[in-house]
Amino acid sequence: MSELSINPGIEIRDSERELQRFRSRLAMLGVFVLTLFGLLFLRFFYLQVIQHSHYSTLAEANRISIQPIAPHRGIIVDRNGVQLAHNYSAYTLEITPSKVSDLNATIDELATVVEISPRDRRRFRKLLEESKRFESLPIRTRLSDEEIARFAAHRYRFPGVEAKARLFRQYPQGEMFSHVVGHIGRINQREVEQLENDGRLANYRGSDYIGKTGLEQSYEKFLHGTTGVEEVEVDSGGRAVRTLSRTPPVSGNNLVLNIDAKLQEIAYNAFGDRRGALVAIDPATGGILAFVSKPGFDPNLFVDGIDPQSWAELNGSIDKPLLNRAAAGTYPPGSTFKPFMALAALFYGKRTPQQVISDPGYFMFGGHRFRDGRPVPLGAVDMHRSIVVSSDVYYYSLANELGIDPIAKFMALFGFGSRTGIDITGEAAGVLPSTEWKMRRFKQRWYPGETISIGIGQGYNSYTPLQLASAMATLANDGIMFRPHIVNYVEDIRTSEKSPIEPKPLRDLGLKPEHLKIVKDAMVGVNKEGTGARAFAGAPYIAGGKTGTAQVIAIKQGEKYVESRVAERHRDHAWFIAFAPAEQPKIALAVIAENSGFGARAAAPVARQVIDYYLLGKVPNKPAPAEDD
Amino acid sequence: MPPALRRLTRFLTAHLDGVLLSSILLMMFAGLLVLLSASNGSLARTSGQLVNMLIALSVMWVFANIPPHFLQRLALPLFILGCALLVGVALVGDIVNGARRWLNIGITRIQPSELMKIALPLMLAWYFNRNEATLRLRNYLVAGLLLAFPAALILRQPDLGTALMISASGGYLIFLAGLPWRIIILLGVAGLTSLPFLWSAMHDYQRQRVLTLLDPTTDPLGTGYHTIQSTIAVGSGGALGKGWMNGTQTHLDFIPERTTDFIFAVYAEEFGLLGNAVLLVMFLFVIARAMVITSNAPTLFTRLLAGSITMTFFTYAFVNMGMVSGILPVVGVPLPLISYGGTSLVSICLGFGILMSINTHKKLVQT
Repeated sequence: MSELSINPGIEIRDSERELQRFRSRLAMLGVFVLTLFGLLFLRFFYLQVIQHSHYSTLAEANRISIQPIAPHRGIIVDRNGVQLAHNYSAYTLEITPSKVSDLNATIDELATVVEISPRDRRRFRKLLEESKRFESLPIRTRLSDEEIARFAAHRYRFPGVEAKARLFRQYPQGEMFSHVVGHIGRINQREVEQLENDGRLANYRGSDYIGKTGLEQSYEKFLHGTTGVEEVEVDSGGRAVRTLSRTPPVSGNNLVLNIDAKLQEIAYNAFGDRRGALVAIDPATGGILAFVSKPGFDPNLFVDGIDPQSWAELNGSIDKPLLNRAAAGTYPPGSTFKPFMALAALFYGKRTPQQVISDPGYFMFGGHRFRDGRPVPLGAVDMHRSIVVSSDVYYYSLANELGIDPIAKFMALFGFGSRTGIDITGEAAGVLPSTEWKMRRFKQRWYPGETISIGIGQGYNSYTPLQLASAMATLANDGIMFRPHIVNYVEDIRTSEKSPIEPKPLRDLGLKPEHLKIVKDAMVGVNKEGTGARAFAGAPYIAGGKTGTAQVIAIKQGEKYVESRVAERHRDHAWFIAFAPAEQPKIALAVIAENSGFGARAAAPVARQVIDYYLLGKVPNKPAPAEDD
Repeated sequence: MPPALRRLTRFLTAHLDGVLLSSILLMMFAGLLVLLSASNGSLARTSGQLVNMLIALSVMWVFANIPPHFLQRLALPLFILGCALLVGVALVGDIVNGARRWLNIGITRIQPSELMKIALPLMLAWYFNRNEATLRLRNYLVAGLLLAFPAALILRQPDLGTALMISASGGYLIFLAGLPWRIIILLGVAGLTSLPFLWSAMHDYQRQRVLTLLDPTTDPLGTGYHTIQSTIAVGSGGALGKGWMNGTQTHLDFIPERTTDFIFAVYAEEFGLLGNAVLLVMFLFVIARAMVITSNAPTLFTRLLAGSITMTFFTYAFVNMGMVSGILPVVGVPLPLISYGGTSLVSICLGFGILMSINTHKKLVQT
């Protein structure tokens, strides 16, 4: 510093004062630095000590993703193990809409890599409307290996698009079983709410599908299985890095049906081009052997959401393929009602079997003339003959003698007019007319004249083929009634444990054996010498049956029903009910062939083919022929 | 030791500051370790940073050997050049990511705001030094204008972070130069009252950043994402950290820009509060040493320059750590000596070179 002393002293003092001031300012900055660093340290302490567990949780939530693993859905097989619904694995291309900024542009670009049809686009649009934006939705299903490879090579171009290996449901029997097996479909909002109310939603975390109709719906609880859980570590892009823990899913149970797929096929084909329904039941168990509603539809269309165009076609078709005719279609039973009327007569003691009624070809009541379908009078008719030749007059007068309410009371025993409780939903109850019913339905009293045509299965009578088949089976089983059921047993695939469905009888109607014998013998007579004789000619077994005709339009008094004059859709429906073998029935059935005229002509041959196969294993080589009456 | 070797050693180390150098090297080493983890063990990025460090240390050595009076002569021309280039950017600069920051000078593109980071403190220190004997209020006003001109140009680019850092470095210098308290208070009041006007002058993305700072959860996947994820990383680190290379936020890609601006989140997650305390102490140690050098600097020019460099270094560290731990808005400021990136390293080490030069050349000035 000595060199600096040449400067005037005042300046030294000045610059020393300046230096002091500078140092004090620097010291202030030092304090400033310490304060701010102290603040930082407090912030670190707050985050890393006080709030540590909070942020740890957040970091774990970032890191760990609980991913559900959907269980394999149980399969559905017929009594012989033929697959009716099964799973196969294939790749789908899925888009998560929330991760894609421009959906249309992305789909257009995807279309340059894999084929995307207009139908795929329509279906995707529909799914998009029905779902939440963060769900991934399939744009293409069932990709080929080559398409998967092509997509993988271009993956980087498509954020928010993923190829996923998925299990698909398939219905190899197609439309033949569409109304029995039903189908699954994507879970919709209403079903989510339903699952939530039942407390089952958690089990559907990984599931996209749920049973919508048929057995797929009614046995959903058994088929679905239990969802597994996988804890995976994910990165910020949501990609799984590694698995931390895993609870495997439990596959759903399999359904083994009473139905024989081959019998079903024969029955379905026996209808030829005709519409109709057939229900065949094992009278001794109530097990459904065949359950046909024709036409059906391809249930595979519905699995991934049906495209609007296919839906419009199915829904708008005049043939009503979506209607389950067997369980939800109701028709007047026509003359197939007569055996039950005969039983009612015996039950109430109103007529003896031997009692003869004169049939002049018509029945007069209150100035009305109730026609018989035949042009010729039958003359003297006893109970046996009344069934064999299907006398209308016999049953007009019987109905009149019994009265509507006793008829209704008796028929209710057989399950007419109430749901059978079969193990699929959508069943119709039909109409079993009574004074009480009419008051409830029309707010009107019952007129005695209305009772007359009830006796021949017309009028307000309206039943499902299933009800008629069930009643037939009950009659064949001597009044011991089972609830009809499609599923034989549910099989747990891990333990192979089988849980049978309803093996116990529902009720015993308490009918007298001698009464049953009279009616059954008469029904055997139908096939031997009566209206069913032609269809059952040469059968090596003894079968009971009854033809029937359900009027589609009312024929005016004094007018004659001439088939050729009536539009095809207005023609009568043909009924046939049957059981065989007569001494120890193994099969009971009801067939309706819509707009096919008299029962003997179109419905009985179908029944013949079904019984032939079931009892003899005989496979027909063409649809059942329509015979002339 | 042979005389030749001794001369070589002396040539290499004469103007280096042992204390500063060793603490810088220690921090750089720590930085490399964190970087290795942040880049998921990628040696490419880490060795790239090692090269950056060697370059930065060379620059430091060069500047340590340049006598301060030489820098003093350079101050005015550098500042004029810097301002000219900034004007050039404003007129014909290249736009990158929506901001006009780069100037194409034929062979390469440069960012003149980087030059201004050193040119402005030099200029202000030179200016105060020149008027040392006759400092009046008017001189502070001129200094304020000298600061405001480049800062405004940089703010217009827009580059809020750099503008703030340059303003801070100039502001510290003017404070150290003895800005009267009444002016400081006046400026404080004026600053507070002008906040609403400042708000209306801000760009949307800048406003968004401020809003996000106040409540990051309003936009968890957009602008708030950085802050939320880095805060989670810091907080989940706990007292002792998750361990080197074990940070889940880091290694599962939740921390954005984790090798550069957000590298402190990686460090805090893996080394915890203990590690943070150690890092703060290391920074404090460097700052303390730099303050000692500042305090002992021989001339007003060197004192002011050293003080500004020291406080700028501190500000970088504070703003970065404050931003990562969620108490300051996200401004693109790297963590000195730790963040990946050559530019930042070079400018930091250049500053330390000047500090060392100031410390080792004062004897020469005095003798």
